[in-house]
Amino acid sequence: MTSAGTPRPVAGDARRVLVLRVAIVVAVLGLWQVVAVSGILFRDVVPSLTAIGAALGRLLADPAFYRNLGVTAYEIGVAIVIGGATGLAVGIALGANRFLSDAFESFLHYLGPTPKIIFFPVMIMWFGVGGGSKIAMGVVSCFFPVAISAAAGMRQIDRVLILVGRSFRASTSQMVTKIYLHAMREPIVNGLRLGMGVAIVGTLLAETKLSREGLGSMVIQAYTVFDMPKMYALVIVLFVLAVGLNVLLGRLRR
Amino acid sequence: MVARITGIAVVVAVCALVEGLIRAGLINAYVVPLPSQILASIPRIVVEEHVLARFGQTMQEVVAAAALLAVFGISLGALFYKSPLLRRACESWVGAWAAAPIVLVYPLFLVIFGRSATTIVMIGFAAGLPPVILKTLEGLVATRRVLLDVGRSFRLDGRQQFAKILLPAALPTIFVGFRLGLIFAMINIVGVEFLINFGGLGQLINELAERYDLPGTYGAILFVVLTSVLFFAATEWLERRLRPMR
Repeated sequence: MTSAGTPRPVAGDARRVLVLRVAIVVAVLGLWQVVAVSGILFRDVVPSLTAIGAALGRLLADPAFYRNLGVTAYEIGVAIVIGGATGLAVGIALGANRFLSDAFESFLHYLGPTPKIIFFPVMIMWFGVGGGSKIAMGVVSCFFPVAISAAAGMRQIDRVLILVGRSFRASTSQMVTKIYLHAMREPIVNGLRLGMGVAIVGTLLAETKLSREGLGSMVIQAYTVFDMPKMYALVIVLFVLAVGLNVLLGRLRR
Repeated sequence: MVARITGIAVVVAVCALVEGLIRAGLINAYVVPLPSQILASIPRIVVEEHVLARFGQTMQEVVAAAALLAVFGISLGALFYKSPLLRRACESWVGAWAAAPIVLVYPLFLVIFGRSATTIVMIGFAAGLPPVILKTLEGLVATRRVLLDVGRSFRLDGRQQFAKILLPAALPTIFVGFRLGLIFAMINIVGVEFLINFGGLGQLINELAERYDLPGTYGAILFVVLTSVLFFAATEWLERRLRPMR
């Protein structure tokens, strides 16, 4: 999300921007450290930067972290594959057929903005308390943005491309693989990007609610034993991973 | 119209099929309750679980988050507009923030604000802020030059220029961002209510699920879906009303 009309860089401007950025970061970190040391707030709520840094180091050296990261990555990966594939299929079907779109697309738009985590009790009933229910939460989260994006993308495809495919008597599967998927690369990547973001959130939230493994459960365990530096370290890692993946997928669009 | 009716008919048919399969013993009734039981549970949820009061509680949290979003989101957007340097330094950070899974840090908010409505409101606010900032900025930047010149020809000072020209011109775009922010806020508010078992509708679902009241849980989920649909439709309607001002 960027706004229109970004100001034109002027010579020397980049340097000032960099200086300002560094100044903001230093000011925020400095303020944090002052609050941590001064004891205005409970010391453990705002641990010192060195404590967070040490906790981050310990976390990254801990084999348990990588095991839990593996569990979460597996759950999110499977969720994106299932949610993305079904979302894509449903989106293409709705986008290609006016009748289906009129009949069912409004349900997608209605269910799209509802908080998906509320379906978690149902997912536990259906798929158990293990990884299945977390994957299901990721699938439910990922499905909607991908389906909505793919349906909208289908309708934007240049009609000439579709006519070319038909004139070559392409079958439905050939139309999908040779025409549709190529022509709507951008909306699909955008949908997957959104879908991945919400799948990460859905899966991790489910882990914080009820799980013994995964990064979400590590966060809530750190909270339960009030190990604040570890919690901050985990949150930093999660943010870096989530934003990093998002940026990476954004690059694919180009 | 035919398509719409077909869509609804298919949903009703699927419910009837599920009802039949459960009654035939092919679907476990302890996993999926009878759709007729779910429907029957709705009056019970309304009367015994005070769903309307809970809805009011959730809405209070949404309104509090909305007020914070309006004040801080629009102010920060305006600040970025006023200071191009600050904008160039921070705009991409706001974009990254929009992509960050804010709700995941709810344990942190719990530590800072306690298990209270403040935690819920603050998470809703934090999650909804980026679109309000970015769209406010976008709206202000896109204000037509001629409008600004008209303001100048009337010798409006900075504050008047902002209140009489810039803000009204940018309002439709700001509302697009505000609506997005509100939707993010609401999703997060209900989600956190469920997660920390506190507050309105989210807590209701959690409680019913913990009591193993399956028809009630499904009924409450239906209610939340309905609430989000109505909320979504209401903001969409407001946005359409604002559009002719462009």
